[in-house]
Amino acid sequence: MSGPTLLSVEDVAVNLPTSRGNLRAVDGVTLTLGAGKTLGIVGESGCGKTMLSRAILQLLPKKAKVFGRVLFDGQDLVRLSPEALRKLRSRSLAVVFQDPMTSLNPVLTIGTQLVETLQRHLELDAGPARKRGAELLAAVGIPAPEQRLSQYPHQLSGGMRQRVAIAIALSCEPKLLIADEPTTALDVTIQAQILDLLAREQRRRRMAMILITHDLGVVAGRADEVAVMYAGRVVERAPTPALFKNMQMPYTAALLAAIPKMDAAPHTPLPAIAGRPPDPTHLMQGCAFAPRCRCADGQCLREKPSLVSAELPDHHYACFHPLRINAGANT
Amino acid sequence: MATLELSIRDEVVAGPVHKTRRLGMLFWIAVGWMILVFALAILAPALPLPRPTDMDMLVRRAPPSASHWLGTDGLGRDELARLIYGARISLVVGLCAPVIGVTVGGALGMLAGYFRGRFDALAVGGMDVLLAFPPLIFALAVTAFLGQSVFNLTCILGVLSIPAFMRVARASTLTLARREFVIAAQALGATHARILLRELLPNVTLPLLAFFLLGVAVVIVVEGALSFLGLGVPPPISSWGSMIGEGRESLEIAPWLAFIPAAAMFLTVLSFNIVGDSLRALSDPRQGAL
Amino acid sequence: MLEFLARRLFYLVPVLLAVSLLTFLTASLLPGDLAYVILGDQATPENVEALRRDLGLDQPIWWRYLGWLGHVLEGDLGRSFRTGQTVLQAVVERFPVSFELMLLAQIIALVIGVPLGIICAARSGGPFDRFMTSTAFGMLSVPTFLSAILLIYLFAVRLRWLPATGYAPLTENPLANLRFFILPALTLGLAGWPGIMRVLRSDMIATLQEDFITLAKAKGLKPFRILFLHALKPSSLTLVTITGINIGHLMGGAVVVEQIFALPGIGRLLLGAINTRDLIVLQGVVLCVACGYVLINFIVDTVYAVLDPRIRHGHA
Repeated sequence: MSGPTLLSVEDVAVNLPTSRGNLRAVDGVTLTLGAGKTLGIVGESGCGKTMLSRAILQLLPKKAKVFGRVLFDGQDLVRLSPEALRKLRSRSLAVVFQDPMTSLNPVLTIGTQLVETLQRHLELDAGPARKRGAELLAAVGIPAPEQRLSQYPHQLSGGMRQRVAIAIALSCEPKLLIADEPTTALDVTIQAQILDLLAREQRRRRMAMILITHDLGVVAGRADEVAVMYAGRVVERAPTPALFKNMQMPYTAALLAAIPKMDAAPHTPLPAIAGRPPDPTHLMQGCAFAPRCRCADGQCLREKPSLVSAELPDHHYACFHPLRINAGANT
Repeated sequence: MATLELSIRDEVVAGPVHKTRRLGMLFWIAVGWMILVFALAILAPALPLPRPTDMDMLVRRAPPSASHWLGTDGLGRDELARLIYGARISLVVGLCAPVIGVTVGGALGMLAGYFRGRFDALAVGGMDVLLAFPPLIFALAVTAFLGQSVFNLTCILGVLSIPAFMRVARASTLTLARREFVIAAQALGATHARILLRELLPNVTLPLLAFFLLGVAVVIVVEGALSFLGLGVPPPISSWGSMIGEGRESLEIAPWLAFIPAAAMFLTVLSFNIVGDSLRALSDPRQGAL
Repeated sequence: MLEFLARRLFYLVPVLLAVSLLTFLTASLLPGDLAYVILGDQATPENVEALRRDLGLDQPIWWRYLGWLGHVLEGDLGRSFRTGQTVLQAVVERFPVSFELMLLAQIIALVIGVPLGIICAARSGGPFDRFMTSTAFGMLSVPTFLSAILLIYLFAVRLRWLPATGYAPLTENPLANLRFFILPALTLGLAGWPGIMRVLRSDMIATLQEDFITLAKAKGLKPFRILFLHALKPSSLTLVTITGINIGHLMGGAVVVEQIFALPGIGRLLLGAINTRDLIVLQGVVLCVACGYVLINFIVDTVYAVLDPRIRHGHA
């Protein structure tokens, strides 16, 4: 990982008190991200990836408790005052949520929602802010940007709405953009367009990006490094090519195998991962994936494997029985 | 996709656990008060009280004493006796009127929600029209023309409560009629009557009961307001409302004459509201109590 | 937008007609011969017959209804046989009083209820919220006439700051007018604020959990702006409804309050008409009140559409 470190997540954990008990949404995650780089976080629903992103952004629900440090540009976001945090937002930290129908305010115009960050953070007046807003909409590929400013979110298609959300996120030139499942709520045909848009803007602005998704295929070729999460922990982390060629965790292999292949015969059954993710209110003793893992044994059920690095120093995994396979032939 | 994340959010913000505890204690105190009032009202003739209509002009507006525990009113009548006998009237009207509303309104609402179509449209339109009329004026006009009596008052208040109960029953039935157990019953060839009585009625009962209790509270208040104006129960029968109305004359010298029945009415209405609201929270957990 | 309004107006007409029919039928079916009541002492069988024929009371009911309706549409609501004043005149005279009372009461209820609703939503679950919610619940159990005499006792009897009854027209003496209106408006305002606070609070709590609020926070906007622009606007729909319902009910003249505080409004007009068995006045005024309520609902629906653009464009 060359270059200066922009974001350093150090042993971050998130506890949520619920009526069913204490929910350990994130169970000790350590990550780093360099300026201008892309990190992909991959995992099933409920693995804690969204909670992790909320922890980084300090947007957790009131009852949640955060442990650990989130160092951004040298400052610990967890301990920062609300006022200082607000100054960082949009200008350094931005986010795009999964469903633009719910992340955009339905009773405010696109213009209002786009321009208010410009007015607040860049202190632009109404006129120049609107102009800048139209420019941003054009940059993200929205036709007739002037008209769109006075329209409401429900008047646009799903893909357009997400472009607006991206425009809002990019409006103040942030150093880090977190995209939480940005294409999951969209049509398949639009998904590639949105991902390309994000990649293009990132390159242009030399912005760091975290791409959160449940689909390994999304991060292939779009992320510099990939972290695989399961049950609130990072179970494998490596630069993308290394991950795909040399995956160690059985879970990662299973995830990859579950992606439909273009060249497979029709009606080929998708190898789904048997079983269900563990209940986060009941912490397990051993490895969280053990009940579903083909390679598990007694040790896996008793002890929790910690993140160790393989032959390559950048490739980390948490498993007692890594695969050591070359998955290149299967991809 | 992020379903677990969403459900986490729902659960975390759903509300603090102490909510159920608070409901518990307050709920039972309210029930206790209701039982006390009922008991006193029912046992009134058996209690060692002077008759509420006995006037003793020598001890008018007297403060509490050994012979008159709560003092006397402007005509020398024992306040405590009047309070308890007043409870009987307020409760009789308060309970019987909503009974009319819940039976007629509940039935109409269920039929409207179940059969839908033109009957439903007519019912909803009728409800809207009826709800446009100021209920107090209606009640006043009818009692003025038909004569003031407890019976008339109960009937007119009962009729006025029909649209509200109809709305509740219809709303409940609408949500239930689409559920699988109804469709299953229809597929098995059950008659409409059977479905209405065996399947839908048990499920509609809880929200109707909750609304019934809230309705009792409302009727006690409306009857109180009418009697306060002298246009409710006819003298010499007195309910809490008429006691408060009479007490108004003596606000300067004997304010407790108005405030004692006022407190009794407030506590009773509050109790019915608490119990009714708690039941409503049970049947519609999303709304929540209070 | 126009199409939306036109559709709503289409529903309005049958409802208004139904209201007029119901009013007329109820008034006509009330026992007590109008002719007898009017003549009073001079009620001999011949006089009664003559008057009945004059008033058209011997005609079939549907004929009388149509006749009455025809007059109403021309603006003639009849004439009180007691005062000789036309019903329309009486209503126009009394309406400003009831209107002022309703307006002041709503303002008080909103001034108390809206900020409390917002604060409780922003701090939901906290001690202030729990306290305020309980207070609101308790307040809802206090009948209007109870708060009225409490206020009278406190401010008129004990402290002697304000008058217990009375009225002075606004145009003549604004200061005195307000003095007379404070207690009655406060009574109604105290009855109205709990409903407003509860509705706004629960609406805002739901809104504050939405994704777009999280995004607004992520944009680093000031909390004040998030609360009042991003959260309040989508939550204000039920607030508009409940305010509309309150206004609608109060348009009937708050009978009890007007009676207690001796304000010459529509409520007292109705009460007087009932006491003197003046059916014509009763009929005409009830018609005005009921139609007013229906119109208020219509206006509320329109405001709804303005506030929520999704309804305007037919999405909802």
